[in-house]
Amino acid sequence: MSETAMASTQTTEPRPGNELLVDVRGVDKVFTRGSETVHVLGGLDLQIPKGEFLALMGPSGSGKSTLLNLVGGLDRPTEGSVTVGGQRIDKLSDRKLAGWRARHVGLVFQFYNLMPVLSARKNVELPLLLTKLSGKERRKRAELALEIVGLSHRLNHYPRQLSGGEQQRTGIARAIVTDPTLLLCDEPTGDLDRKSGDEILDLLQALNTEQGKTIIMVTHDQRAADRATRTLHLDKGRLSSEPQA
Amino acid sequence: MKYLSLILGNLRRHKLRTALTLLSIIVAFLLFGYLAAIRSAFLAGIDVAGEDRLITRNKVSLINLMPMAHQAEINRVEGVDFATHNTWFGGIYQEPSNFFAQIVVVPEQYLELYPELELSDEDRQRWLETRTGVMIGKVLAERFDWKIGDKIPIMNPLWALKGGDRNWTFDVAAIYDAREQGIDTSQMFIRFDYFDEARQWGQGQVGWYVVRVDEPDRAGEIAAAIDAVFANSPDETKTEPEGAWYQGFANQVGNIGFIITAIVSAVFFTILLVAGNTMAYSVRERIGELAVLKAVGFTDGAVLGLVLGEALVITAIGGLIGLGLAWLLVAAGDPTNGAMPVFFISVRDLLLGGVLILALAFIAGIFPARTAQRLQVADALRR
Repeated sequence: MSETAMASTQTTEPRPGNELLVDVRGVDKVFTRGSETVHVLGGLDLQIPKGEFLALMGPSGSGKSTLLNLVGGLDRPTEGSVTVGGQRIDKLSDRKLAGWRARHVGLVFQFYNLMPVLSARKNVELPLLLTKLSGKERRKRAELALEIVGLSHRLNHYPRQLSGGEQQRTGIARAIVTDPTLLLCDEPTGDLDRKSGDEILDLLQALNTEQGKTIIMVTHDQRAADRATRTLHLDKGRLSSEPQA
Repeated sequence: MKYLSLILGNLRRHKLRTALTLLSIIVAFLLFGYLAAIRSAFLAGIDVAGEDRLITRNKVSLINLMPMAHQAEINRVEGVDFATHNTWFGGIYQEPSNFFAQIVVVPEQYLELYPELELSDEDRQRWLETRTGVMIGKVLAERFDWKIGDKIPIMNPLWALKGGDRNWTFDVAAIYDAREQGIDTSQMFIRFDYFDEARQWGQGQVGWYVVRVDEPDRAGEIAAAIDAVFANSPDETKTEPEGAWYQGFANQVGNIGFIITAIVSAVFFTILLVAGNTMAYSVRERIGELAVLKAVGFTDGAVLGLVLGEALVITAIGGLIGLGLAWLLVAAGDPTNGAMPVFFISVRDLLLGGVLILALAFIAGIFPARTAQRLQVADALRR
């Protein structure tokens, strides 16, 4: 898909008619470091319909990753509510939240965050360890996920034996192996060269268009954001459809 | 089991560090097993002492003899089933370092009181028919390669034969074994009738009495009654349970149990620091990975369990290898070449080893595991 074609699909508002998946309302996030209090997000609202590929852009320290963590149930807001798939996740206990993450969220990190002591297949199997699937079924699903990301020939390779792009593909396979509702990607191409980055973006785009995955991607890269169906800019804790001056 | 590959993978992360930790745990448990066997040797008899048996000795000291006439009076005490007498022979076979216990007994009575000694009918009959015959334990027979019919020369600095010769000669008439683990099979038993007739002095004098009581629950009361019979006589007695008697022997060498416990405790404390340090480093260097586990849905409890599981796996591997090596070393024989009355690792000590494995794993792992459990996933991912 060309960049022009991709850019033409971009909107600044949620597509009307699609079922709402993520509903963030009046969210504040305050960090306290010693005597210092940092207001990262203030009264933030965000609605994301099912099937959207949203790019979140903004300068460093603007709160992009914090927002991603809140939507992914990795952190809790100081004020406000986060509802995903009709579930008010900011009110869940730690244990229930962990279970919710395992079922509904796939995470892709900038630095892949693979277990260096496990093979690609074992890394992808990790989230499945929390299910009641048999070892054989886990193995089968992990192999399928790696096949989807084009790594079926690297099943038994360890992260150190894979290129950066291959490691990120493994990370994506790990994120999709449980067939989650939501994929959260924190600068997934930030540590990759342009070619590998493009391959990863192709993959994410395919997951969005062909498998209907809802994706929220934090990025500094306008070229990456152009692949998304909507781009929002976050600065000083506030969201807008255009970069703030 | 499904987490095993993750646990083993983490242990393979730093092979040298894991190997050194493993080695230190192996050495600790090897030492534990071996010292437990030595402790069993020193405390031989205490664990298998009969609850229904008392020992009556001269109140002044063990080396003071008592008249044989005491036997009849002890037998008359209410609650006493029957009593027999023993005497320490204390001879030397070839050289003092070949030490083993030699006790003078009345064969029929002794075998009646100690049914835990296993003896064939043939050997029993041979011993009863041979005045110069001795009954020896299996370990003693193996130690000096003695067989039935062998003549054993024993030089005795305590007891001389009539005429002053101190060189006694006995015939091996019977070899006994133990019906249960822990029974001393390194002893020699000499017939009293031959000894009393052949010795130069002390006829009618014996070393101590073994008394079987009807009701073990009344042992204390019966012991007091026996001592009361001989109170204010020239040969006052001190009666105590058989276990306390053996403990008294062990205490002559020192509080072996305490010494060994102190050594093992010091070793385990050191190993605890080593294993704890390994686990703490292991957790600290992969905070990010633990955060990822939590991010993909592992609960705090699951992460706690994983770290404790790692501590358990490394401790269990090291502990079981250490105990196994100790078992092999102990099975190869005691380091004194048979001078120890018993030398084995008891089931109780093996179970204690198992408990130590679990305790070591828990104490070494719990603090880093709690750190991992309390990890805030978003904070950890930001590091």
